[in-house]
Amino acid sequence: MIRGFAVLLGFQFFGELLSRWSGIPIPGNVIGMALLLAALGCGWVKLAWIEEAAELLLSHLALFFVPAGVGVMIYGGLIAREWLPISIATVVSTFVVMAVTGWVASLLDREGGEHAE
Amino acid sequence: MPSEFFATPLFGITLTIVVYALAQMLYRRTGSLFCNPVALSILGIILLLLACRIPYRSYAVGGHYILFLLGPSVVALAVPLYARRREIWARRTPILVGVAAGGLASVVSASGLAWLLGGSHDVVLSLAPKSVTTPIAISIVEKIGGIAPLTAALVVMTGCLGAICGPEFCRLIGLRNRVAIGLAVGTAAHGIGTARMLEVDRLGGAVAGLAIGLNGLLTAFLLPMLFLLFS
Repeated sequence: MIRGFAVLLGFQFFGELLSRWSGIPIPGNVIGMALLLAALGCGWVKLAWIEEAAELLLSHLALFFVPAGVGVMIYGGLIAREWLPISIATVVSTFVVMAVTGWVASLLDREGGEHAE
Repeated sequence: MPSEFFATPLFGITLTIVVYALAQMLYRRTGSLFCNPVALSILGIILLLLACRIPYRSYAVGGHYILFLLGPSVVALAVPLYARRREIWARRTPILVGVAAGGLASVVSASGLAWLLGGSHDVVLSLAPKSVTTPIAISIVEKIGGIAPLTAALVVMTGCLGAICGPEFCRLIGLRNRVAIGLAVGTAAHGIGTARMLEVDRLGGAVAGLAIGLNGLLTAFLLPMLFLLFS
């Protein structure tokens, strides 16, 4: 478990370093995820080392968003003033994105499925 | 009670975990989608802080510790991706094209609708990256000139909506492909949607995790250029 956390935090740290250093607008943790994926692929990191720690974090992923959400309260005034454009744009656009993404992907997947393998 | 008592890490951490545990119990007991633990916990904590007149600043002292765990969790998303790498690689074209279409639809529909409905310049800009994961959304909005904390709030609201009814909505509009459903929820509702997808379906959850990164990258490159074009 500790080894798993060491690997995950280590990759986040290097991702953070790379993000700062290069100035690319990609957060360090996303770079860390890509690096870890590459390291797993190359066999430098074994899945067994990190499986337990990753499972623990991912099964509680939703909890970690709660403090960010509570931050909404600071902008209560602005949100209340422009509630109509904000709520309609947020709700409608979220459903539009799911429909567009899902339909495009499933349409292409059906075509690709016949040729693949 | 002296107010500095609440400005300790213990208060924010305890409040978050206790409220979340209660919300989870309620969610399991009722099985109602509207009792989504994240949305319910956020609402409950805000109401409690307001009722007790505890400033957000004090809560955030402990809240930051919980938020910190989001970092290694994003790195950990490499695990389900790696475990499902063959299924995902075989579908690389639908995944890439699907996220690109969804990412573009997100920016255009969110900012466009807010603009049509008379939203202020700040709100229109702050809404543009609302489907992108919080850290990327904030760096994007700083570049195009919206209000970063407002974007963070909108990102979380979007995520809750996608987590509450994303998988159900996808089935309602006739989607049956697990990769397509995971991709749709991940592209629209980033990490909060992914957390729900991981509960519903492991393959869908892995793809949703991938969609967070892909949509974030795509929007980070595309959006500043799009705004240069129109301004």
